[in-house]
Formats: sequence, C-alpha cells, structure tokens
Amino acid sequence: MNFELNEDHVMMRKMVRDFAEAEAAPGAEERDEKEEFPVELWKKCGELGLAGVTFPEEYNGVGADYISYAITVEELSRVDPSLGVTVSAHSSLCANPIYLFGTEEQKQKYLSPLASGEKMGAFGLTEPMAGSDASGTRTTAVKQGNEYILNGTKLFITNGYYADTYVVTAQMDKSKGNRGIAAFIVEKGTPGFSFGKKEKKMGIRSSATYELILEDVHIPVENLLSEEGKGFKVAMTTLDYGRIGIASQALGIAQGAYEQALKYSKERSQFGKTLSEFQVTQFKLADMAIQIEAARLLVYQAAAIATAHNVPVSKYSAMAKVFASETANKVATQAVQILGGYGYTRDYPAERFMRDAKITEIYEGTSEIQRIVVAASILKD
Amino acid sequence: MNILVCMKQTFDTEAKIALDASGKIDKTGVNLVINPYDEFAIEEGLRLKEKFGGEVVLLSLGGQSVETSLRTGLAMGADRAVLVNDPALADADECVAADVLAKAVADIPYDIILAGRIAVDDGSAQVSVRLAEALQIPSVSSILKLDVEGETATVTREIDGGTELIEVSLPAVFTAQKGLNEARYPSMAGIMKAKKKEIKPLTLADLGLDVPAAKATVAKYSLPSPRSGGKVIPGEPADAAKELARLLREEAKAL
Repeated sequence: MNFELNEDHVMMRKMVRDFAEAEAAPGAEERDEKEEFPVELWKKCGELGLAGVTFPEEYNGVGADYISYAITVEELSRVDPSLGVTVSAHSSLCANPIYLFGTEEQKQKYLSPLASGEKMGAFGLTEPMAGSDASGTRTTAVKQGNEYILNGTKLFITNGYYADTYVVTAQMDKSKGNRGIAAFIVEKGTPGFSFGKKEKKMGIRSSATYELILEDVHIPVENLLSEEGKGFKVAMTTLDYGRIGIASQALGIAQGAYEQALKYSKERSQFGKTLSEFQVTQFKLADMAIQIEAARLLVYQAAAIATAHNVPVSKYSAMAKVFASETANKVATQAVQILGGYGYTRDYPAERFMRDAKITEIYEGTSEIQRIVVAASILKD
Repeated sequence: MNILVCMKQTFDTEAKIALDASGKIDKTGVNLVINPYDEFAIEEGLRLKEKFGGEVVLLSLGGQSVETSLRTGLAMGADRAVLVNDPALADADECVAADVLAKAVADIPYDIILAGRIAVDDGSAQVSVRLAEALQIPSVSSILKLDVEGETATVTREIDGGTELIEVSLPAVFTAQKGLNEARYPSMAGIMKAKKKEIKPLTLADLGLDVPAAKATVAKYSLPSPRSGGKVIPGEPADAAKELARLLREEAKAL
C-alpha cells in the first residue's frame, strides 16, 4: 500500500494551487458578494486542462487519473469553492456521462469541446417534485419521427445559463417508474429551451444555479444518451463518480478553512498569549487536522477505485462524500469559532467557507442518501 | 531557432533558512523550486520557439533533486533537459559552474542562451555571464524585452534609473529580469507529457573533465540578527515626528 502521491500529482497540485492562489483567490470575496460567475477563470481553467482531467487525449482530455481530478477540485475549492463546483459539475455531471454512455459520434461532437473547456457542461436531473427520489421525474420526452420532444422544468442546475451542453433526464413511460426514464443531450439555444429564475443561495454564491425550462424542445434522436429507459442508470452512475468531485470540493473547503484558522491562531493574542498557545485552540486545530487527513484518505481511495475499476466505486464515493462534507462543515464552523468576532465578518474568508460548506452535505445526494447507498451496499455483501 | 535555457533549482522564496550542526544551510524539508528569474528565461525560450520553431533545451547543474524542477520546465513546454550531476561539484563556485556548463553546451545546438538574472538563494549573478565569456559570445544582462530578427537581437535591458536599447549579434547569452514576461503555468497535459521527455544525466567524466578546483570557497554562513521589537514614540504628532527624524538620523543612521 502506497500513500505517496506520484510526481505528476505533486506537480499538478503545485500548478493548480499556484493558479488558484494567484488568479482565483484575489476576486473570490467580491464574486461571492456580487454573486458573479467566474467566466474568465473558467476559460483559464480550460486552457490549463482542468476541464477534462480524466478524459482520454483523443477527446481533448488530459488522460490523467481520478486522483489528479480530485486534487484539481480540492485545490480550486481551497480558495474558491464556487470555482471548484463549476469544474466538478462540468466534468462529473456532463462530460462524464457522455464519456461513459455516449456513442462515438456523441463523444466527438460533445465530449471533445467539453474536455478542452471550449464548451461548458451542466446536468439536469433535479425537479420540483424529484430531488432525492428521481422516480418523481415529471419532465416528459415523447418520440415523434426522428425527434424527441421534451417538456418540463428542472431545478437547481449548477452551471445553468452559462453551460452550452446539458445532460437532461425525462420520463418516457410513467407506468415504468425509474425504468421509464431516458437521458438526453440538449444544446443551449435549442428553441423552447430557456432559463427560469437564478437561485439566491446561502453559499457557493458565485456558482450559477438556474432553473431550466423545456417547452416543446425538439431534439434529434441522435441525442438520446444510452437507451430509452436507461436514464435512471445513467444518472445514478453519473452520481457515483460525481460524488468524488463534491467530496474533493468539501476537502478543499475544509483545508482552506483550517489553514485560515491555523494562521490566525498564531497571529492573534489574547491574555498575553497567541491563541495557538492555548491548549483549547491546539485541541481544536488537532481535531481539524485529523478529520481532514481522514477525509483526504477516503477521497483519494475513492478516486483510486474510480481509476482502477477493480470494485464498484459507489460505496466508496458515498463514504468519501459523506465524511468529507461533514468534515468540511465541522472544520469550517470551528474555523469561524477560532476567528471569533472577526470570523463572523466578511473581512475574512472563514465565514464564506462556512456558508459554502453546507451545500456539500446536500447536493449530488444528501448525506442521508449517501448513508442509504453505503447501507445498501454493506447489507448486500 | 534553438534555445538553451540555464536553470537553477533554489529554495522556495518563502522557505525559512536555518543552519545545521556543521554550519551549512539546512535543506531538510525545504520546498525546492525553479529559480523565479529562470522561470522568465524558460518562458521567453518557449515564446521564441512558438514564434520561430526549433527546440528548447534546459540545462542545469546540481543533484538528483533538480530533476523535479527540470520536469516542471518540461511540463511548461521545453523539449528536453540536460543535468550535470556529479558529487564532485557540490561546492562548485561560479567559475567552475560556468566552465562545466560551457563544456556541456558544446554538444547542444543553440542560437540563444537564456538564464535568470540572479539566483535568489545565494544572490549569484555570475554564472551565465561567465558562460558567455567561456563560449566567447556576447551577453546582455537584466533584459526586459527581446526581439529577434535573423541573426540579430534587439534587447532592452534595465540600467540604473532607466533602460538601454542594445543590438547584438547571435548567438548570445541573455539574462532575464523581472518584467520580461509572465511565466506560464505548466498545463495538465504538459505535466502528463513531461515524464516522457528526456533528462540526460552527465557526470564530469562524461564531459571529459577533471575535478575542478574552486577559486572561491565559503568560509562561514551566518543568519541575519533577528529583528528587534518596534519602538513607539509618544507625544504630540509634531514632536513625535521630530523625535523620529532625530532617531532615524542619529540612531539608525538611515537619513
């Protein structure tokens, strides 16, 4: 068993960290305040290959492993969790299902420009009545000649409005429940495809979250992803891998919040001593560091499994996500506590990390759903 | 156009410097990076290659650890690297380093040699200029702009209080000053490709050189005295300012 990152991973971490600190950190606070999507940063991410880390070179990807991807999202999220989820949702939720389930033509047409970062991707699964329970999907798809006609509303779509390519699920036969669902590739600009309200969120405020509206959207049959009735499978597999992205985002949030608290504890003096000289602070910092290391091992383990495909990734990515996201929340809350009154102000990024952390326990499967996935897996074994 | 870039691995500029028991600089746990001025040199080399074609070769002198920095330069886009690694060179001075590099350069085709203006660790700014002397080609230090046309380069270099515009015939050595360019990040794809690129190791024996005697040796390292605490000057602002001026003149001798 080898716990060391290889030379590539070390170099990638340094590159993404240098990039994030120099380019993403300076404006992160302002983008959060103004709820401003990082359009320019996204372009730079594309130029550096961060939009297609795990995809093969033949589709303009980098051809690296999932640990490289985890490091990418972790390091971006360490300074700007909104940018982290932009890259994660694009890669894990749009490019990846096209890579895993797409035909050669679909990969050439859609995956290649996504992996290069020329185009941005998003995923439309959630609906007003279908959150954790995808069988509540009410968006419909009807086949007519060599087209499908889609109607419905999708909710909480990360990268919505800014993304060019959307993987969307729709119900084709309600009597079949989950087995009636199909997944489709929908291009922005298709007549009838529009955006509803932009969500005002507690955290990840510079990530764009929109409602998608589909009104008689005609798409060619070639844009069916996988087969009719296999949409639920497409979505669940997508989320099995996607959790690694969110777990990495949570890990980066925890790391960023912890570093902030560590630094502050050495600078701030009260009662004639720095905070770091008080045992009560030391124990807090120690607990933060222990949880982060444990989370990191779980996240990288899930990433290693996603690369090796030796065992199903589902249980491990669920474990990694639930642990890393709960770690992010504990650590970010403790970081605000260590910074005290200053931690509660927007003068320090601690409060931003605390607000950003919460969503990691909710999106791409709540912590409760992750536990269901883990329990189902261990009870089946 | 073939470009050779001399690169040195240095301490991360944020590294804390400490001396070990034998009074030498303690390298344990220190993050090693490409000398920041050499990064500008690599970047300029890559831009010349993008404009004129050819090959960018990195050349360095040092131990095994230098490979990671060379690998980073290769990930930025350099084509291959040469590392002169010989234990006998551990205490090489600038004169020895330049002579050894000149010998290594003999086998590498070049039109332009680029390097950083200065190494941020020991503050040495001699090696590349000495290299030019050894190769009997011109050199221009601290350049801010480099334009190449045919066999001629037009360079802007920084001088005290201004700049100087120089025309020089190639081949020549140029050392990069901050402001020449902004070094790129190695891309993910660049990192993946870097491991397939060659880093050719060379020893003194490979170069047909005897162990050279350094002309200068370091007698002793010492750390700067720690910063003493600040001083608060009380009183009315006008009086305090007078007192500050007096202290700066008489005590600190800064005025």
